[in-house]
Amino acid sequence: MADARRDTPLYTIGFAALVCVVCALPIAWAAVSLRPRQELNARIDRLEKVLGVAGFMEPGESLTAEQVEARFAEAIVPRAIDLATGDAVDTIDVATYDQRKAMKDPALSVPAPENAARVVSLPRVAVVYEVRRGDSLQAIVLPIQGYGLWSTMYGYIALAGDARTVNGITFYEHGETAGLGGEIENPRWQAKWVGRRAVDDTGAVQLQVIKGAAGPPADDPYRVDGLSGATITGRGVTSTLDFWLGANAFGPYLARVRAGGN
Amino acid sequence: MLDKQSRGALLDPLFDDNPIAKQVLGICSALAVTTLLQPSLVMCLAVTAVLVASNVSISLIRQWIPSSIRIIVQLTIISSLVILTDQVLKAYAYGVSRQLSVFVGLIITNCILMGRAEAFAMQNGPKASFFDAIGNGAGYSLILLIVAAFREFFGAGSLFGVRILPLAADGGWYVPNGLMVLSPAAFFLIGGIVWAVRTWKPAQVELERVVHIEELPHDTSHRDGADRRAA
Repeated sequence: MADARRDTPLYTIGFAALVCVVCALPIAWAAVSLRPRQELNARIDRLEKVLGVAGFMEPGESLTAEQVEARFAEAIVPRAIDLATGDAVDTIDVATYDQRKAMKDPALSVPAPENAARVVSLPRVAVVYEVRRGDSLQAIVLPIQGYGLWSTMYGYIALAGDARTVNGITFYEHGETAGLGGEIENPRWQAKWVGRRAVDDTGAVQLQVIKGAAGPPADDPYRVDGLSGATITGRGVTSTLDFWLGANAFGPYLARVRAGGN
Repeated sequence: MLDKQSRGALLDPLFDDNPIAKQVLGICSALAVTTLLQPSLVMCLAVTAVLVASNVSISLIRQWIPSSIRIIVQLTIISSLVILTDQVLKAYAYGVSRQLSVFVGLIITNCILMGRAEAFAMQNGPKASFFDAIGNGAGYSLILLIVAAFREFFGAGSLFGVRILPLAADGGWYVPNGLMVLSPAAFFLIGGIVWAVRTWKPAQVELERVVHIEELPHDTSHRDGADRRAA
């Protein structure tokens, strides 16, 4: 290889262009050919979380993608609702609607009123998951998100058909400290939520994560055990519920469910 | 079996010239992903795979790379391989790729890759570069897995997710060490490993240069090797 030729500007530019093209090819191939698989993974992951929080899947149970789809289709009906009124929206395809993306799109969202969960915008349309048996509503699963100590925590809460009693809660994405606030992922802590009351008879959100231990759900329905060493994460979970179950978010929808209007 | 050069390239990085313990490269990911063994193992495999592919491909084209743009060419190749790895993990190991989150993407900034490309692959043939990459990947993995084993054992009472110590929270007796799940624990452990390796192999200890005051140049911008390496 003649060294003189390597140092001309033309050679350098040509070489750089060639490297870019050669490197771009496999990336383009991977991005295009792997996309369906990646999207399927993300979808199955979401369905598993909804199934888990609604009690149709045990923690640690492992199912194939087809089994997850089948179980979901059998048990759960996703519905798009207008957050401001609680009405069903039928112009949106719930299978492809991405609520988290919509929250970042000014055309599809509205600025959120100031709130302790530090949610900055609200989607106009939210997806709820309903569990029905015949005509009666058995349970609903709502997506929630709010700020803990370090990060936004994303999760789902399942309420019974009365839209008051908690059937389950789960967090699937967060950046809280592993071993402390990160324990919001712990199924044992999540199990302590089952049977508590999120909302009182007047429709106000009452449930809160306290410091220390709460009593059994029957005696102490509005409080949940705190996580030791994670006071601020617990406070974030409380404000997250406060916001999403409250009047600014799912409140109108939940009021309709309670009135039997759905 | 192997010629002397390949053997050296393969075995030296394990203890004599370990990328983490001796060269002090790749520390950022060693702090970030080592709370549990399983994501650490995937991280090790990902780094080793990218390192092998980048070392071999850079070595193959080393004679054609114009020296004025060699760093950016290396970086382009490395980052393409990292994006590829990230895409493959997202498609075939979704759970682990979520656990590793941004750290797969951050392999690009792992100094071991650039370090080996610039220090070895640019001067040596593809075969030696291949063994150098395997060796450095293994040296990196060795330290990462040791650190992760300590952190998972003391921080979570388990190894590879299998419970070893019954946790107090489940009615057992072990109260997990909260420090182990935080990044500083990895710093202490890596520091301990560096100390242990240098005690075992004193040749790795950098010689301290004794400089007398009157010998110091007036120009204080003079720096020695230690600062250059840290940069």
